[in-house]
Amino acid sequence: MSAGELAVLAAELPAYARSLGIGIERLEQGMPVLALPFDSQVEGRPGVLHGGATSGLLESAGYAALRAELHRQQRSVRLKPIGVTVQFLTAARNQTTFAIGRVNRLGRRNANIEVLAWQDDPARPVATAVMNILMVEDGG
Amino acid sequence: MPGGLAQTGRMNGAAPRFDPAQAARFLFARAHPGWLGLHYAAHGSDWVELTLPWREDLVGETGSGVLATGPIVSLMDMACGMAIWTATGEFRAVATLDLRVDYMRPARAGAAVHGRSQCYRVTRSAAFLRGTAHDGDPDDPVAHIAGVFMFIPGQSR
Repeated sequence: MSAGELAVLAAELPAYARSLGIGIERLEQGMPVLALPFDSQVEGRPGVLHGGATSGLLESAGYAALRAELHRQQRSVRLKPIGVTVQFLTAARNQTTFAIGRVNRLGRRNANIEVLAWQDDPARPVATAVMNILMVEDGG
Repeated sequence: MPGGLAQTGRMNGAAPRFDPAQAARFLFARAHPGWLGLHYAAHGSDWVELTLPWREDLVGETGSGVLATGPIVSLMDMACGMAIWTATGEFRAVATLDLRVDYMRPARAGAAVHGRSQCYRVTRSAAFLRGTAHDGDPDDPVAHIAGVFMFIPGQSR
């Protein structure tokens, strides 16, 4: 189930996430852990991850977490972003960055998701995000 | 008026005043902004407008043709940094503390997105920004943003 679920979630990553270099690393208690390897295309100041790329990883992890939860509930909806707030805690260095989302609330029309990004230790995050997402029923 | 040449902001060989049009040439030549293809559009005394060209591999929802929100955050983050340097006249190291983006509507399929950020307040340690992203009509924005940046002491970027 886990490997299949991973493949489904990976296939759902949008073109932007894939071209940034984001992949799905593993599932942690049912939630996908996304990984963004360091490369020149995500670099800001020399040797430092660009804040925009960090945001891209956080948003992708937020959507992936929500999709994983929607799959479990067998719901098919289109997702529309309402808002995202990103907090940058420390500079992310030239190594792989990971991110995982947590669905804090999943209603019929909207979802609230919290996302964490880290490099060496999840207990020392480099950035966090809160996302509000609108859900539109498919075929509605 | 922006003429592409650095104005001399201070006397006696001090660093020339930051000029966003000129700085864009090296800021967008490489790394993440270069990969996105960002370019300079316009600026005023405390704001900078940049453009994010449309590209198939930056699309957020497969088949929609609509730019993902991620590159729009990158666009606004860069416009914020450059607005700070333009408002203060000084090219110094800044770090984004937080950035809030409210999406009014999706961008049109195949459309470039333009992001304008204004640095409306600077203190000794922080800069406060607001801005909008639009896809052609500035009065019908795609997103509104608000950001807080910190100056990094002892680093001249």
